Amino acid sequence: MMVRSTIFLFAASFLGAQSVVDTGRELYRANCYVCHGQDGDQVPGVNFRVGIRRASSDEEVSKIIAGGIPGTGMPPTNLAEPQRRALVEYLRSMHPTAGGSKAPGDAMRGKAIFEGKGGCVNCHRAAGTGSHFGPDLDGLGATKQAAYLEEKILDPARDVSAQNRMVTVVMSDGSAVTGRRLNEDTHTIQLIDQKERLISVSKSDVQRYTLLTTTPMPAYQGRLSEAEVADVVSFLLSLRGQ
Amino acid sequence: MKKFLLIAIPMILRAQAPVTDERLLHSDNEPQNWLHYSGDYSGERYSLLDKINTSNVKNLELKWVFQARSLEKFEATPLVADGVMYFTEAPNHVYAVDAKTGREFWDYEYRPSRDARVCCGSVNRGVAILGETVYMGTIDGRLIAIDAKSGRPNWNIAVGDPKLGYAITHAPLIVKDKVIVGVAGGEYGIRGFIAAYDAHTGKEAWKFYTVAGPEDPQAMKTWAGDSWQHGGAPAWLTGSYDPALNLVYWGTGNPGPDWNGDSRGGDNLYSDSAVALDADTGQLKWHFQFTPHDEYDYDAVQIPVLVDDTWKGQPRKLLMWANRNGFFYVFDRVTGKFLSGSAFTKVNWATGLDESGRPMRAPDMSPTPEGKLIYPNLFGGTNWYSPSYSPRTHLFYIPSWQDSNMNMAKMPAEFEPGQRYTGGVPRATNMRRGSRNTPDENSAYGAVLGIDPQTGEKRFEFKMDDVMDGGILTTASDLLFTGGREGYFYALDARNGKELWRASLGGSVEAAPITFSVDGKQYVAIAAGHALFTFALREQ
Ligand code: HEC
Ligand code: HEC
Repeated sequence: MMVRSTIFLFAASFLGAQSVVDTGRELYRANCYVCHGQDGDQVPGVNFRVGIRRASSDEEVSKIIAGGIPGTGMPPTNLAEPQRRALVEYLRSMHPTAGGSKAPGDAMRGKAIFEGKGGCVNCHRAAGTGSHFGPDLDGLGATKQAAYLEEKILDPARDVSAQNRMVTVVMSDGSAVTGRRLNEDTHTIQLIDQKERLISVSKSDVQRYTLLTTTPMPAYQGRLSEAEVADVVSFLLSLRGQ
Repeated sequence: MKKFLLIAIPMILRAQAPVTDERLLHSDNEPQNWLHYSGDYSGERYSLLDKINTSNVKNLELKWVFQARSLEKFEATPLVADGVMYFTEAPNHVYAVDAKTGREFWDYEYRPSRDARVCCGSVNRGVAILGETVYMGTIDGRLIAIDAKSGRPNWNIAVGDPKLGYAITHAPLIVKDKVIVGVAGGEYGIRGFIAAYDAHTGKEAWKFYTVAGPEDPQAMKTWAGDSWQHGGAPAWLTGSYDPALNLVYWGTGNPGPDWNGDSRGGDNLYSDSAVALDADTGQLKWHFQFTPHDEYDYDAVQIPVLVDDTWKGQPRKLLMWANRNGFFYVFDRVTGKFLSGSAFTKVNWATGLDESGRPMRAPDMSPTPEGKLIYPNLFGGTNWYSPSYSPRTHLFYIPSWQDSNMNMAKMPAEFEPGQRYTGGVPRATNMRRGSRNTPDENSAYGAVLGIDPQTGEKRFEFKMDDVMDGGILTTASDLLFTGGREGYFYALDARNGKELWRASLGGSVEAAPITFSVDGKQYVAIAAGHALFTFALREQ
């Protein structure tokens, strides 16, 4: 399974305009990486893998790179036009749809499995239906790769991201709540529980609080066939959000 | 100096007088004012005001808010002189407001040239005042003298060429009749310097290069080949001053290129150093280099804290320094002799400090093309965030980052004027990324440390879930004020670090709190998000 996904990704990487993108990548590493990070998502509210909010045309993006965004942390540069072009190409290539990547299975069949046999909707929302208990999977296709999704379905406990961890909170009065942590700071925790309630607790009212390393998501290894998993992955990849 | 008879003057006609250099020297005599970036020349950020104390601090309430127009980070520390508050919003917009109400007297917006190169935000940390003039450094490398009554510029001079990356982000330091500034631009291959200008005319009085060149041949040898020409070592934070020794203390930044030291073999003096300069001539009296041949971006750009206390039983003039490289140091500030040092956060690039204070490099920890995991990350164990020292508790307070790391990859670097010259890609790996935080066991976190300088021991650690960029203020009533990225503004008990009060300001605190009083009432002010908040006790 792993071998197949690797080949698929490798193939996809052949399809872009490599030389310009490579120049762009170099420029990005030298000029932009410090703030925007490797995946283009380090600046809060900006995520090049999802898209560029402030600009739609390449010219507009190039203008941002030249002039910066006054009044924000985005500085102007004095990069020449061809360099800016290369950067725009690279930013565009960070979007996973770039280069015409093709999903491994059938998205329509995957949707049926997601809503039926797989029972994913009992915990997840996608395309407007399903529970909010697990993370909303809309838009996931824009930021995640097939290999990750496949592994997540087969063996979900192996990689639970810090953003999606479960917590158990025991309040001072002994009542307990378990849910997916949405946010936490020094004094409060925000979570959503299985009944889809948005809950905020103050740590001063908490007796015990555990950040779990486990996931309630079942492993689908053996429950779904290889082809079914590929179909679900295709469905997830088709969820690109707005 | 004349003493003002406050009682004889009706409240509306509060005494206002020029802020002479005498007043600047003896700012401790007028704790109602905050006349220096760090409160006074020592950098202790310790205020004698004590009306707000550990028992009534819970009654603090918001008095006014100033909303900035700029969406850039609000890093400015205000000054307060005789009821008037002076501060800046980014990039270079000065305001004079009534310190009691926040209502504006005037504003002056300088629009920096588009040539400005900005490595890390078009920020400004505040102004300095002398006589009836306010001084501001600009993001395009200029120094401007502004009339404190009208906001009209008196003069405006070039300190460094913005096209080459020179910029000023910090509040100037006034010593006697001179305005002293250092330059930013370390990521652009500048040659760093600290310079003094005549406060009346703007004429340059002296200049000290933080990268040793031909005028300092011995130290120049610590730079392989011509590498000194683009050696960086910017000095982008305000220094401190000891009037008795007539020495100005200043921290210098990292050598360039930041993360690739191949072209600049040697220790690279005077990068990452504390320098003690004669205030009249700029001559180097002594230096201490914290991170020789730095490859991690560990600028020694912190506030030098001058403390007079006993050391091993003897009264001594001390200099205390919490460094970005993760170590806390104590020096004799007369001679620069290293007295002690110890790590205050997780450090893996060095195994400790030797007898002379030089770091003992851990083997095989230089950045490689593949990347090395380095503690602390490039933002450091601490950074430019002001620390504080309280002569009452004898503790040194560090706004610190704990357990931060980065994957640091080295890349080739070629100098091109005005272009970034960093030679690598650092990637902070265990930090919060957006407006929501989901910390786990591996996350970096922020903590106010109460350190006993005599032993380097941690007396307390006040933890935050996210890292902190806020400065610290302590008072004669044993209060400690600070804030963090989560937007909480705190009052702690300076003796034990216990939280006494907090307010949620809804935006990251990336500046240092100040305290002042007007008409006998004490206030505390702090910038958070894009606004400046001022608190005082609720009227009974
Ligand atoms: C000093 C930090 C910094 C550097 C360096 C930097 N950026 Fe930015 N950039 C930002 C910040 C902060 C924003 C968000 C501004 C806002 O919207 O408030 C941003 C926004 C952007 C946007 C708009 C994103 C959107 O969704 O609308 C683009 C495009 C962009 N940057 C491209 C670049 C490129 C290309 C480079 C390198 C040449 C670069 N940036 C270098 C900080 C930086
Ligand atoms: C019993 C509830 C439950 C069921 C059923 C379930 N999941 Fe999950 N899933 C979760 C929870 C909770 C998380 C977040 C914790 C984690 O990452 O494991 C999650 C995480 C994920 C993620 C990772 C999202 C991200 O942002 O990284 C994916 C992908 C996913 N699930 C897909 C599926 C698919 C596809 C199915 C059906 C085949 C499914 N899940 C069934 C509860 C469930």
